[in-house]
Amino acid sequence: MIRVDDLSVSLGDTPVLDDVSMAVDDGELVGLVGANGAGKTTLLRVLSGVLAPDSGVVTVGGDAVGSLGARERSRRIAVVPQDTTLNFDFSVRDVVAMGRTPHRGRFERASSEDADAVESAMERTTVTEFADTSIRAVSGGERQRVVLARALAQEAPVLLLDEPTASLDVNHQIRTLDLVADLVAEGRTAVAAIHDLSLAARYCDRLVVLADGDVVASGPPERVLDRSTVGDAFDADAAVVADPITGTPAVTPLSSPNRPLDATVHVVGTGSDAGSAIATLAAAGATVTAGPVPAGDAAATAATGVDAAVVTVPPFEDVPVHARGHVREHVASADVTVLAGTVHDRALTVLPDETAVVATDTAVFHGDGERAESIETIESVALADADDHATAPDASDGEPRNASSWFDERAVQLSTLAQRTDGLMEDVTDAVSDGVTDDD
Amino acid sequence: MRPGVRATTYSAVLAIGLLATVAGAATVGPESISYLVVAKALLNATPVPVGVSIEGGLGLVLAHPFAFEVPQTSELIVVRLRAPRIVLAAVVGFALAAAGTVMQGFFRNPMADPSIVGVSSGAALGAVAAITAPSAIAVVTGLLGVPAVVGVQTAAFVGAIVAAFLVYAIATEGGRTPVATLLLAGVAVQTFLGAIVSFLIIHSGDSIRRAMYWLMGDLNNASWGDVSVAAPVVLVLFAVLLPFARDLNVLLLGEEDAQTLGIEVERTKRLLLAIGSVVTAAAVAVAGIIGFVGLVVPHVVRLVVGPDHRVLLPTSALAGGIFLVASDTLARWTAATLPVGVVTAAVGAPFFLFLLRRREVHEL
Repeated sequence: MIRVDDLSVSLGDTPVLDDVSMAVDDGELVGLVGANGAGKTTLLRVLSGVLAPDSGVVTVGGDAVGSLGARERSRRIAVVPQDTTLNFDFSVRDVVAMGRTPHRGRFERASSEDADAVESAMERTTVTEFADTSIRAVSGGERQRVVLARALAQEAPVLLLDEPTASLDVNHQIRTLDLVADLVAEGRTAVAAIHDLSLAARYCDRLVVLADGDVVASGPPERVLDRSTVGDAFDADAAVVADPITGTPAVTPLSSPNRPLDATVHVVGTGSDAGSAIATLAAAGATVTAGPVPAGDAAATAATGVDAAVVTVPPFEDVPVHARGHVREHVASADVTVLAGTVHDRALTVLPDETAVVATDTAVFHGDGERAESIETIESVALADADDHATAPDASDGEPRNASSWFDERAVQLSTLAQRTDGLMEDVTDAVSDGVTDDD
Repeated sequence: MRPGVRATTYSAVLAIGLLATVAGAATVGPESISYLVVAKALLNATPVPVGVSIEGGLGLVLAHPFAFEVPQTSELIVVRLRAPRIVLAAVVGFALAAAGTVMQGFFRNPMADPSIVGVSSGAALGAVAAITAPSAIAVVTGLLGVPAVVGVQTAAFVGAIVAAFLVYAIATEGGRTPVATLLLAGVAVQTFLGAIVSFLIIHSGDSIRRAMYWLMGDLNNASWGDVSVAAPVVLVLFAVLLPFARDLNVLLLGEEDAQTLGIEVERTKRLLLAIGSVVTAAAVAVAGIIGFVGLVVPHVVRLVVGPDHRVLLPTSALAGGIFLVASDTLARWTAATLPVGVVTAAVGAPFFLFLLRRREVHEL
C-alpha cells in the first residue's frame, strides 16, 4: 500500500531523514518508534504529502503522493496530527464533519452518506455524548479523540497517526489503539508513531525503529524490541520482558545508577524485589547472574529482560542436582553474591561454603524453619570473618525456631560485614539499595 | 439547524434589516420625508432586469415597473441626493465586512482587517498623490503610455492592487506564502507607504483638506456613478467567495490539517487573498479609508452566529452594510461635513472595547 524509497528530507539546513526506505502492506498496522527528534513526525508528514522530500519517492496505492492533488490524496490518506489548533467555537460535530471535505464538491450539500459517516465516526471514538459541545470546551484527551473521529469520517484506506495516545488516559489509550487495530482488521492500513514501546509492541504488526533519521530495525515487535536495539535507538538502558498479560514485549526503562559497577554479581532471591535488584545491578553495568529461581517468577522475568543468565528450577521442589551445579558455577565466578527479595531456605542450601554474601534490606527469609542445615551453612559461610558475637541458632535443641527473625538479625550483621570488607561490597550494597529506593 | 438553513434565515432577516435601514436613512436630512414617501420613491427608482440584450454587447434590459404618486421635490431629494450616498454606504460596508471576515479567517488572527495586506495604504498613496500631486501621476501615466487624466478613484484602486500584489510577492517564496510572513510584510509595506503619504500631505498646500477627508473615509461626494462601478464588482466577487466558506472553515484548523483534508491550500489562499483585496480596493476607491467596519463587524456577528463561515460570511457582510448606513446617517445628521470614518471609529471602538472587557470577543 505504502512504499518509501530512498527518502531524504532536510528542514532548513538540518537533515532529518537520511535515505529512508520502508514498505507497508495492505491491512498492516506499523508502529514508528524512536527517540524524540528521530524523524517520526517528519516521516509521517512526508507520507501524508504535506511535506515534499528533498529526494526519494513515496507511493500510496501505486501513485506518487506528490503527484496527487490534495483532494485525491485526502481520499486515500487520513491524518491524525499530534496537535491541532482548534481555537474557535465550532461544535465537535462540525469539526468531525470537516473530515467529509474531500467527499463533497464545492457546491454539494451534505448527503445522508456524509451524515452517517460523521455519526458513526463519533460513535466509534465515543465522542457522541459531547457532539454539540464547543471544541474549546472539551478536554485535551477528548479533543484528540475528536480529531481521530475526523480522520475516520474521511473514510480513507490509509490512516497516519502521530502520537494518537499522547494525551489520553490509560483507558482511552487502550480504547483508541483497540479501535485502530479494529480498523486495520477491517482492511485499512495504518502507520502510527507511538512513544510507549510496550503499547506499540502490543498493537502493531510490525515496528520500524528510527534513530537519527534512519531506519535501524524493522520487523515484528518480538524480534525488533530487544535490550540492545532499544538501548541504541533511545540511548537508554531498558529491560525488555514478555508482558505476563499480553505476552507481547514490555519495555521498562531503568534509572541510570549513580555509580557504575564493573563486577560480576550473582543474585539469589525471588519476587519483584529480587527482579528490581537484578535490573538495577544490570543497569549499573554489572554482569548479573541469578538463581535458583522458580520458572515464571518475577525475578526470572527480570533476569531475561536484562539478558542476565538465570538458573530456573521447577517451583515448589528441591533444587535439582544439575541446577545446583549451575548456581555454584555462577556463585564461584561472581565477585559477590547478593540476597534480595524473598529468599527461600531451599535456595540457600545450594550456596557453597565460603560464599561472600550481601543481604539487601529487601531480603526476607522464607521457609519452614526445619532446614536447619542450610541455615548453618550460611552462618558458617557468612560469619566466617565476622566477630563472633552473634548467637547461632541452636539447630539441635529440636525447638521450632522463628526462622524469619533469625534471618533478619543475620541480615543486619551480614550488611555490617559487607561494609567492613572491600569497596566492591559497598558499591553493591549502595547500588542495590539506591535502586530499590528509587523504584519506590 | 443545518448551516444552509441558518445562513438563509439570518441573511433574510438581515437583508430586510438592511432595506429598512436604507429606507430609514433616506428619511433623515434637513428636509424630513416620511417613510412611506421614501419607500415609494425608492421603488420607483428601482430598476428590475426583465431580459437580456445582445445588441452592442451583452447587457441587461432594465425596466422601472413601479410608478407611485410622489411629490416631485421629495422624489428628487431621495433619489438624486440621498439614495446614492446611502446605497454606496451599504455597498462599501458590505464589502469591508465581507473582506474583513475573509481576512480574519484566512490569517486566523483576530486583529486582521481588510487592509492588512496593504490595500488601504496603497489606495491612500494613489488617492493622495492624485489629489495633491496630479502632475506626478501624469508623469507615471505618461511613462506607461496611458491617458494622462486619472481620477482619484482610479488612482486609489490601482494603488491598492499594486500594494497588495507587492506584499504578496514579497511574502511568497518557492510557491508558498506563509501567513505570518504575509502579515509582517503587510505591516512593513503599510508603514512605508504611510511615510510617503505623510510626506505628500505635508507638501500638499491647499489640497490638504480634500486629502484628509479622503483619508478619513468620506461619502459626501457619492454618486450613482460610484455605485454602478463598485456594486457589481463587490457583488460578483462576493458570489465567487461564498462557495469558499467551507474552505475557510477548514483553513481554521491550520494549513497542514486543511491540506490533509483535501484543500489546495496555497491555491485557495491566493484566491481568497486576491478576492479580498479587490473587494476592499473597490470599496476604498469610492469611499476612502473607513476604519473599523471590517474589524469590528465580523467579531460582533461571530458572537451571534458562531464561527461557521457559511453563515458568518453573508451575515457579516449584510451587517456591515447596515452598520455603515447607520453610521453615515449619524454623520449626515450631526454635521453635514463629518467624514463617516470618524463616526465608525468613534462609535465602533468603544463598543468593541466594551465587548472586549466583557470577554465576549477574544479569539476567532
